[in-house]
Amino acid sequence: MSELKSFYGRFSRNRMAFSGLIVLTLIVMGGLLADIIAPVDKGRIDLEHSLEVPSLKHPFGTDSFGRDLFSRVIHGSRVSLTVGFAARTISIIIGLVMGIISGFYGGKIDSAIMRLADITFAFPTLLLLIAIMAVVAPGISTLVAVLGVVGWAAIARLVRAQVMTIRKRQYVQAAESSGIGTFSLVFRHILPQCLSPVIVVYTMGLGMTIMAESSLSFLGLGVQPPSPSWGRMISDGIIFMRSAWWLTIFPGIILSLTVCSLNLVGDGLRDAFDPKYVYSKERD
Amino acid sequence: MLKFVTRRVAQLVPILFGVISVTFLIMYIIPGDPVLSLVGERYDEETIERIREELGLNKPLPIQYVDYLGRVVRFDFGRSFITGRPVMESIKEYFPRTLLLAFSSMLIAVVAGVIIGAISSLNRFKWLGRALMSFSLVGVSIPVFWLGLLLIYLFAIKLSILPPSGYGNGSLRYLVLPAVTLSFASMATVARVSRSSFLDIASEDFIRTARAKGLNEFAVFGKHLFRNALIPVITIVGTDFGSYLGGSVLTESIFGWPGLGRHIVQAVLKRDFPVIQGAVLFMAVLFMLVNLIVDLSYGFIDPRIRVTGKEE
Repeated sequence: MSELKSFYGRFSRNRMAFSGLIVLTLIVMGGLLADIIAPVDKGRIDLEHSLEVPSLKHPFGTDSFGRDLFSRVIHGSRVSLTVGFAARTISIIIGLVMGIISGFYGGKIDSAIMRLADITFAFPTLLLLIAIMAVVAPGISTLVAVLGVVGWAAIARLVRAQVMTIRKRQYVQAAESSGIGTFSLVFRHILPQCLSPVIVVYTMGLGMTIMAESSLSFLGLGVQPPSPSWGRMISDGIIFMRSAWWLTIFPGIILSLTVCSLNLVGDGLRDAFDPKYVYSKERD
Repeated sequence: MLKFVTRRVAQLVPILFGVISVTFLIMYIIPGDPVLSLVGERYDEETIERIREELGLNKPLPIQYVDYLGRVVRFDFGRSFITGRPVMESIKEYFPRTLLLAFSSMLIAVVAGVIIGAISSLNRFKWLGRALMSFSLVGVSIPVFWLGLLLIYLFAIKLSILPPSGYGNGSLRYLVLPAVTLSFASMATVARVSRSSFLDIASEDFIRTARAKGLNEFAVFGKHLFRNALIPVITIVGTDFGSYLGGSVLTESIFGWPGLGRHIVQAVLKRDFPVIQGAVLFMAVLFMLVNLIVDLSYGFIDPRIRVTGKEE
């Protein structure tokens, strides 16, 4: 318990990370409570009020169909966050399984899995995503699956390295020589030790995943209309850029804020999990 | 050294093989019949059968795979479904423009990034250093496509000092905005890395010696600090090369820059699969080669790596 307390202490003393967490909480709350907060129904078309400048009634203005942009951006956060969390969870599960197998058994299985990771790394990520999304049927579920599968390699590498160091520790060797089964060795002694770095990469990769989702949606390869997505909103706004700047500006600001706060929280978590690291950083 | 080079190159062979296989498999999983999407459903059974035979699609999968491997090693990436033009020919036409854009961005990222890193390391307890570091934090969080639009809005629409899009036969005026857009994220990373590298090296013994023997600050910084701090920057440029290639897809589309990235996006919209397959494979192989060069250059800089091998 006291460990958790000092962990929280270290995290909250990091002002950047803490403000990131606050912004992130607001955005997540916005996504969760979208139906209550969003002032006007997101899909309601009102052609008489199309392309209105931001006002008190429409804080982000209205789009070419007269839809309230603020509501659409809030509903968009639900889509982006869901895709991000779901895809990241898939990556973590695959990465954990592959990394543990690789680090635990070593040998041929290990080198096979690591070559597979090398192949994934050999592609520029966005290009690989574009090539896959070009041939599968677009939509939220395929997007989640593809983003999730493509993201496994970095986690597997990290977990593998982690498992290899943990396995050399005395208490693990003691447990192993006392004859406990492989299953409980992995789940009781090795896995819990891997969790903190995995939580850090989960958070850090979340920002990247949301960015990739928006890029794909921007190109028309991700979330399909009528589902609101920030990337799509930005690309839809391009043709109106001369007359209605708010269509491209506001979704981009919220997207950048989300990615930025996720990066800040990720940095903060890493520092809070590893006090030695912060010490060496503060000394600089 | 030769042993080190051959080992690195040998390690690349299975990965290259894997990359080619992945591009083959991606295009094999296309739902529906690629021939139908090619000719449309109005053609008779006979024509479809003939095209299928021409493309080798009636053969069993392993044979198709071997055929594909055979063509790829001869740099034959097939022909476009739409125009019938060999894919390699259009890569030759479009890629130099992507390279021009990528290198210009890299130049901006390295020069500006190192300057920002140096200034913020010298001012790390002052507001300026902190402000520059927050700026670099924001830099990695801004989506490249949105930044591009922001710059178009500001410099092309509001101030009208630069053209919003186009190639302009490669004139500098047309290059500025896309190059800055593409460089931004990498510039932020370079700034972060070079800052911590400057700080690390500043506490080394040889810097203290340089100061102790009475060199002025300018000479210490220029001669001793700067050179040594640049080594980690090389790594970043190498690993970031993939993000330049990926980012070029978005940047080129926004700015109407007629490079390979925009060509890929257009092929995706037209479902021109051979073009997507060939261009993505080309970029992946290029990315692998850049990483190989970065790896080898370590071997030249640091003899220890030659012996032990770089383990991650």
